[in-house]
Amino acid sequence: MKLRTLTLGLLSASALAFAAHAESITIATVNNGDMVRMQKLTDDFTKANPDIQLNWVTLEENVLRERVTTDIATKGGQYDVMTIGTYEVPIWAKQSWLLPLDKLGDDYDVKDIIPAIAGGLSVDGKLYAAPFYGESSFVMYRKDLMEKAGLKMPDAPTWDFIKQAADKMTDRANGVNGVCLRGKAGWGENMAFLTAMSNSFGARWFDENWKPQFDQPEWKNTLQFYVDLMKADGPEGASSNGFNENLALFQQGKCGMWIDATVAASFVSDPKASQVADKVGYALAPDNGLGKRGNWLWAWSLAVPAGTQKADAAEKFVSWATSKHYAELVASKEGWANVPPGTRSSLYANAEYQKAAPFAKMTLDSINAADPTHPTVKPVPYVGVQFVAIPEFQGLGTTVGQLFSAALAGQSSVDDALKQAQDAATAAMTEGGYIK
Amino acid sequence: MARAVTTQHKTIATAAAWVVALLIFFPILYTIITSFKSEQEAIQGFNLIPSGTFESYSEVQQQSGYFKFFFNSVLLSVGSTILALIVAIPAAWSMAFSPTKRTKDILMWMLSTKMMPAVAVLFPIYLIFRDSGLLDSRIGLTVMLMLINLPIVVWMLYTYFREIPGEILEAARMDGASLWNEIIYVLTPMAVPGIASTMLLNIILAWNEAFWTIRLTTTNAAPLTAFISSFSSPQGLFWAKLSAASTLAIAPILIMGWFSQKQLVRGLTFGAVK
Repeated sequence: MKLRTLTLGLLSASALAFAAHAESITIATVNNGDMVRMQKLTDDFTKANPDIQLNWVTLEENVLRERVTTDIATKGGQYDVMTIGTYEVPIWAKQSWLLPLDKLGDDYDVKDIIPAIAGGLSVDGKLYAAPFYGESSFVMYRKDLMEKAGLKMPDAPTWDFIKQAADKMTDRANGVNGVCLRGKAGWGENMAFLTAMSNSFGARWFDENWKPQFDQPEWKNTLQFYVDLMKADGPEGASSNGFNENLALFQQGKCGMWIDATVAASFVSDPKASQVADKVGYALAPDNGLGKRGNWLWAWSLAVPAGTQKADAAEKFVSWATSKHYAELVASKEGWANVPPGTRSSLYANAEYQKAAPFAKMTLDSINAADPTHPTVKPVPYVGVQFVAIPEFQGLGTTVGQLFSAALAGQSSVDDALKQAQDAATAAMTEGGYIK
Repeated sequence: MARAVTTQHKTIATAAAWVVALLIFFPILYTIITSFKSEQEAIQGFNLIPSGTFESYSEVQQQSGYFKFFFNSVLLSVGSTILALIVAIPAAWSMAFSPTKRTKDILMWMLSTKMMPAVAVLFPIYLIFRDSGLLDSRIGLTVMLMLINLPIVVWMLYTYFREIPGEILEAARMDGASLWNEIIYVLTPMAVPGIASTMLLNIILAWNEAFWTIRLTTTNAAPLTAFISSFSSPQGLFWAKLSAASTLAIAPILIMGWFSQKQLVRGLTFGAVK
């Protein structure tokens, strides 16, 4: 009896000691397919690191952004790992809100990260977030409709070709729209698309002295082309369509072309979800021959906030989730097609991945075609392809997005929208102290 | 003839009530229907007949266990309601039975706090919670929910208490009842229907509160509002899963509301007609 009591006591004591030793880290993330998969596979991490427990907080993208911004700005210390994008990383790193990731491990192979992606996540040569998955944007099109229209999509089309193809493919009687593009207002919605598109038209948000440029002819050309194209060949109610709405339209065969995130390729080519899975072709985002294409660059990345008390455990987790080993783990459990794309060069050199993901080469080419440090034809004082990496951009981008969405909906003219955008940008930049 | 008109009026009124009720309930009904669809069905336009799959429910449960969030929702809504009643009953008593010339102003001032957008005080509250170590704690959130619903609780109780004749309380005092005895043994039993409906309404308000419950929690204290919020996705289809999560989150409060509708309606219309 005494022996049993003693054994039980010892066991309880050791359990308590273990519990006291185990460190728990809280990870804030968004509800994307790749993130959900990561949560399911964390046993692999906790087995190798039994002293680290993982707590997940999954939030809607905008709520997540607001929550982590509040937490990091007040040094609340609620999260040890944060899922953030290429927009936040340079701003937060400059504020010293993020810890540089310099302990990712010997076998992590930082140089394997695609240079364009690493560039967007680094400040002064130091990596402040590790990419979990990366994306650019490209053209997804219906090969059958293109053939019916008597056209052949080049690998690198121009905007004029897109217009010509959209006009020919549009068959509203049969519910087919030549082209589906984002129209829903928001800095990460229509403005992601329009800012990237404007780069290929030679436009820019600000000149070298931070003077807003919406009064310049390049922006007028961009917005006029977009509104005319959508009026002639876009779906009804396009001003409220974002990624998910256009995805649904394309999957149902209602779009001839869709220019959006490369990550959409895995959705539109999935026969379980898409009615047109075997008819989709891919091409680089269009250009106007000015040296820049209308594609963006984004990476959902894992970063460690400066306020955390558990930096080592947090960095260990970041290293695991963004490693080559993790890619192999996903491949072994769920197949190569489900490996998070767009972060490591080695993935694109992998023959099995190329076989499983026919859009792999075009995705890599698109990512490589974007340069966040030199995003525009004319010089700019900012970083970011489809955004301007300054704190004021979230609010300003959404305001301008609403004006452009109204122009698409026909509630205002292109000229009025641009004039109001210029006024809003001038006011925001004056208030922010960028211009006088 | 007069009788016929009355019957006709009644029929029209009943039909109108049904139409309005269905209109109000339709979004909830469609959420429930969508939760039994596959993701592909959910995006294929308006359709009232689902394929009846439980796929979304099983995925939702697998992805983030429902019961932890449910437990927090129960604890927060019931806890904050009890706490609010403890504070509000004496406050409403004082305002109803010993009014001063400033009572109306105080009542209005309390209510005015509800007119301010919550986000305006996000940072101060967040900093107070951070410095008091209350972030992601059930105690902190219970107090917060109590505070934000307190004006409504005080107002409702004040309205009920005003219906109770002051003479009864005077009689109790004549018989030697102390202040607390008067509140606990005389006032409270007489105001039970009012207190019950205030309680029910406050539980519903606390259950549905989605601003602070999402912003002041991470994992330990997160209630069902955080659970729902986690199923919206920027890239990918999620309507069926989001509907399943919403159905699971509203089911308990919907059932509670159904069973207690008599008390709720009585409480809400109490004092409306004299």
